Amino acid sequence: MATSIADQVPIAEGLFTWPSNDPRLLGSRCTNCGVVTFPAQSSCAACAGTDTETMELERKGTLWTYTIQCFLPNRPPYEGPETPETFRPFGVGYVELPGQTRVETRIKCDDPDSLRVGMEMELVVEKFIEKDGKDIISYFFQPVEAA
Amino acid sequence: MDVAIIGIGIHPFGRTDGVTGLEQGVFAARQALKDAGLNWQDMQFAYGGSAAAEKADTMVSKLGLTGLQFINVANGCATGGSALQSAYMAIQSGMFDVGMAVGFDKHPRGAFTVDPEGSGLGKWYGDVGMALTPQFFGMKIQRYMHEYGISEDTLTRVAVKNYKNGAMNPNAWRKNAFSYEEVAESPMVCHPLRKYMFCSPAEGGCAMILCRADKAKQFTSNPVFLKAAVVRTRNFGSFEVFTQGQALDRADAPTVQASRAAFEMAGVGPEDIDVAQLQDTESGAEIMHMSENGFCADGDQEKWLAEGWTEIDGKLPVNTDGGCLANGEPIGASGLRQVYEIALQLRGEAGKRQVPNQPKTGYTHVYGAPGLSGVTILSR
Repeated sequence: MATSIADQVPIAEGLFTWPSNDPRLLGSRCTNCGVVTFPAQSSCAACAGTDTETMELERKGTLWTYTIQCFLPNRPPYEGPETPETFRPFGVGYVELPGQTRVETRIKCDDPDSLRVGMEMELVVEKFIEKDGKDIISYFFQPVEAA
Repeated sequence: MDVAIIGIGIHPFGRTDGVTGLEQGVFAARQALKDAGLNWQDMQFAYGGSAAAEKADTMVSKLGLTGLQFINVANGCATGGSALQSAYMAIQSGMFDVGMAVGFDKHPRGAFTVDPEGSGLGKWYGDVGMALTPQFFGMKIQRYMHEYGISEDTLTRVAVKNYKNGAMNPNAWRKNAFSYEEVAESPMVCHPLRKYMFCSPAEGGCAMILCRADKAKQFTSNPVFLKAAVVRTRNFGSFEVFTQGQALDRADAPTVQASRAAFEMAGVGPEDIDVAQLQDTESGAEIMHMSENGFCADGDQEKWLAEGWTEIDGKLPVNTDGGCLANGEPIGASGLRQVYEIALQLRGEAGKRQVPNQPKTGYTHVYGAPGLSGVTILSR
């Protein structure tokens, strides 16, 4: 794990606020119809308007649907660190952010079989892989631990 | 101007080593011409497509350089359906009397590989492992099961039915009738969908000859009439493959739009359909497409499958040739295969899998990335 923030690179520009102690996903809101999209885009797919503003999205929401990816995805394009021997099924789903949009996301969860529609989820922004001596940072959602 | 299908041809689906995709398309084209009693020189136009094999228009170097209008079609999984819809319009417009719709493909083994950047999704999307169509299918049916109480039992029954039908189809890829247990216990691929609930990319070719309906009897005693051919794309808010942010308000799927438009064009309703081919990329898709196409209410599929209503002797036989599950999915040919099967059924030539009581009206539906549907309605 790279220790300096300079050695931590977001997987894509404009996907989430970075560097940040409280990173947020970045979406956009149409100034005409108010529809929120993720990722941020410069035009509106709902009303065809061309004026949007970037906004930070909620960090908590509920799991709207999910699946469990049970085979190692093809490379390319997959860049995850697993080998066929170390691969473990992982969750992918849509998290509904109240009043905003549903974000497609990988799910960080040790036991994907415990996932359920309607679960409370929260954003995690952390290292996905190491590449060329740098940590590549991506976003995930994880179940909110029962208090 | 009504349009008739006067010739149909197919190259067996599955894996044919040593035969290119293009050659499989040429084989299907020659079969269709023979069925219509016509020669390639009689074709005034052709629309053709393939996603992973050669460009369709290069078929002319094998079929003959006659100077005809040949237009390549590329429309994802609806490529074959779109070729047919284009041919339909070409005749309906009055510009041509007779021509061909053709499609073929030859995909590498394994899941479809997606180029996220070419699809406007950003490289990161593929890097993190989300550019996989099976995930979408898993997530869409997962939500549907949650909303409408569909069980895993119903997912299994769809697959068992389609493999059983495929076993009676000499052109199908998978001719094994998998048992209920074999499907239900096959490895999980993308929860809740298992290995034998998914179709695979494959190879194959299919072609049909279309002509003005008023001239059809010159060529054949058993024409099949294309009463509607419609393609629609997604509206804002429908739940589609590779949607990184989904709107909170759901819109009708493109299938719903295409289906409604096709029924209106044909002047018939779902209750008039005697046999249907519905896109079954996996078991969940066939279930959801039963209601998206207007054949049953959401959730009623539990009863439909349990009662066997979509079996060959049921009230609405669905995917009588085994569908994508038993035939695999060569993208360029897949939508045309559906029409081929309906034409066979309406002509009463479907052999062991013939739907009883001489079906009069049939229906086909293809769905593809990134959210488009093609529907046809046929009658004799």
